[in-house]
Amino acid sequence: MEMMRKERIDRGLKVRTEGLYAISSYREILYLMGPRLLLIIGIIALPFIFELAPYWKRVINIMFVYALLALSFDFLANYVGLVCLGGAFLTGVGGYFTAIYNVYLGFPIYLAIPCATISGAAFCTLCLLPCLPLRGVYFAIVTLMYPLLFTRIIEALNILGGTNGITGLDGFPNQYVEHYIIIFLVIGFLFGMRRFVNQDIGLVLRGVKDNDQSVRASGIDVTRMKVLAVFVASLIGCFGGAYMAHLYMWTGISLFALDFSIIPIASVVIGGGGTLVGAVIGSFILVPLSEILRAFGTFRIVIYCAILTGFIVFKSEGLMIYMQRKYHQFERWVKV
Amino acid sequence: MQLIIYGIINSITLSLMSLGFTLVYSISRVPNFAHGALYILSGYLVWLFINKFAGFPYPLAIIVAISLTAIVGALIYRFILIRIRGMEISEIIATYAIGLAILEGLRWGGLRGGTFTLPTFAAGSVNLFDVSVDYQRLIIVGVGILTFILLYAFTRYTKIGLALRGIAQDERAAMMLGINSDMTAIVSLAIGSALSGFAAVLLLPLGNIVVETGYNVLIFAIAVCVIGGLGSWGGTIVASFVIGFAQLLTEAFISTHYQMVVALLAIIVTLLVKPSGIFGKQKELEERV
Repeated sequence: MEMMRKERIDRGLKVRTEGLYAISSYREILYLMGPRLLLIIGIIALPFIFELAPYWKRVINIMFVYALLALSFDFLANYVGLVCLGGAFLTGVGGYFTAIYNVYLGFPIYLAIPCATISGAAFCTLCLLPCLPLRGVYFAIVTLMYPLLFTRIIEALNILGGTNGITGLDGFPNQYVEHYIIIFLVIGFLFGMRRFVNQDIGLVLRGVKDNDQSVRASGIDVTRMKVLAVFVASLIGCFGGAYMAHLYMWTGISLFALDFSIIPIASVVIGGGGTLVGAVIGSFILVPLSEILRAFGTFRIVIYCAILTGFIVFKSEGLMIYMQRKYHQFERWVKV
Repeated sequence: MQLIIYGIINSITLSLMSLGFTLVYSISRVPNFAHGALYILSGYLVWLFINKFAGFPYPLAIIVAISLTAIVGALIYRFILIRIRGMEISEIIATYAIGLAILEGLRWGGLRGGTFTLPTFAAGSVNLFDVSVDYQRLIIVGVGILTFILLYAFTRYTKIGLALRGIAQDERAAMMLGINSDMTAIVSLAIGSALSGFAAVLLLPLGNIVVETGYNVLIFAIAVCVIGGLGSWGGTIVASFVIGFAQLLTEAFISTHYQMVVALLAIIVTLLVKPSGIFGKQKELEERV
């Protein structure tokens, strides 16, 4: 029997676009710009596409919040090597901070959200500080505990509105502001993070993930780099929480719900870890799916977990890397 | 006096909860985030056998449920973890996802409210030094201590137990001596799951079977293991006494709501002061950056 094997070769177009020839003709430019433009224009056009379905327009906002959370998880897990099992911690802290600023201190909404994002991120970083000098599973353990812990504390002490939460937050002035604040921030964070991880500091962070001893040997403080990374990731997550609190005009312990921890993880695994875009695309798949399955209640979490485990075990590269490969390379069978 | 007696009971309870987790971690280096889920699963299975299959005797139901839990643990390793062994991020995510799937699946299947209870082994109570203690709690202490002794004997005097310890200490050297690393990992997950099921059967008659207990058990187990030093058995027992008494003291003098806060504070203090835990000397250099 003749032995065959599959061969993968880069497309000529891909090779050409790597150098200066990238700007030689509109074909090359389109090859490079096409997927990015498609994503950006698609995201911006999304509210108009669903103009006639008001219910789904709400879902779009939530979808972008999950996209932000997934982005933050992907950055921490695949560029710094810290697995954050408590995305809900970030949203909860962001939500409560913005409620404090907006309701108790009377800040206007455009001031409350940025303040909440920054102070929330500082608070999260401070809370996670003790486990940052350590390697291994400690970070996962501590982030797993915090959302549960804060729920208990708020319930037990009856502070910050207790189980009823804080009501009376300002809403956004109109729907389009509501959509485009989050849309432009998702795009901004997505491309900003891509740039961030490809700069020197991103290289150092990847070094922390792969071999922290060598980073240390280069005279760079590992803990400080991790603090920086956690701060950046918490900025993204806290903004999501603060935005959501204003979207519902309410903050409560449901911002610490399990959904905010598990859906971003599932999105990253499905979309492809380490690509950043994959995280966003994964949440575009999962969140509408979860809306369709709303009737199943907590069974949805079982479904995510099944998908998640399946992808981790059988297709750990994720959709995005698969699609990139199809875009840049072609395959053919050759004789051995 | 009451404080001391209930402190001991609480500590033994905690160490029973965390024994399974620490066993799995020390042998196969897999942080089993599905631990709490397996705990609830086995309690639920016992309930199912007693109430849905009439005529199932209680002891038999317990044995069947614990063995089923052990099989589930072994299957988790054999079909899922074996493929992602050594990839730490994937291990954490996969075990966490499995645990969540079991817990939320049970919740969806109707496990909520206070209707799910197991009968106690023996009703009534006895006065010890003027403190009234019911028989179930006495049984927990007795069986708990017996379990420690049996585990100690098992890991020192049986061939498979020695193999497990060999893998825990130095995987490569153990493999060179012909010990199958995957096989021991399967065994360790099975034993760990069985231990968590065993703890569930002992402890759940004191309360209701609810999904939230699963999360609490996982958190307490992890807290105890981190404080004792991940993967150290002696540390686990000492740490469960530390947390057990700390919890009772806060309960007696401050408020009952702070049990979880005590656990987390203990973790944070441990990580700040001595990250390798009370007894985790051996791996200290590896874990600190």
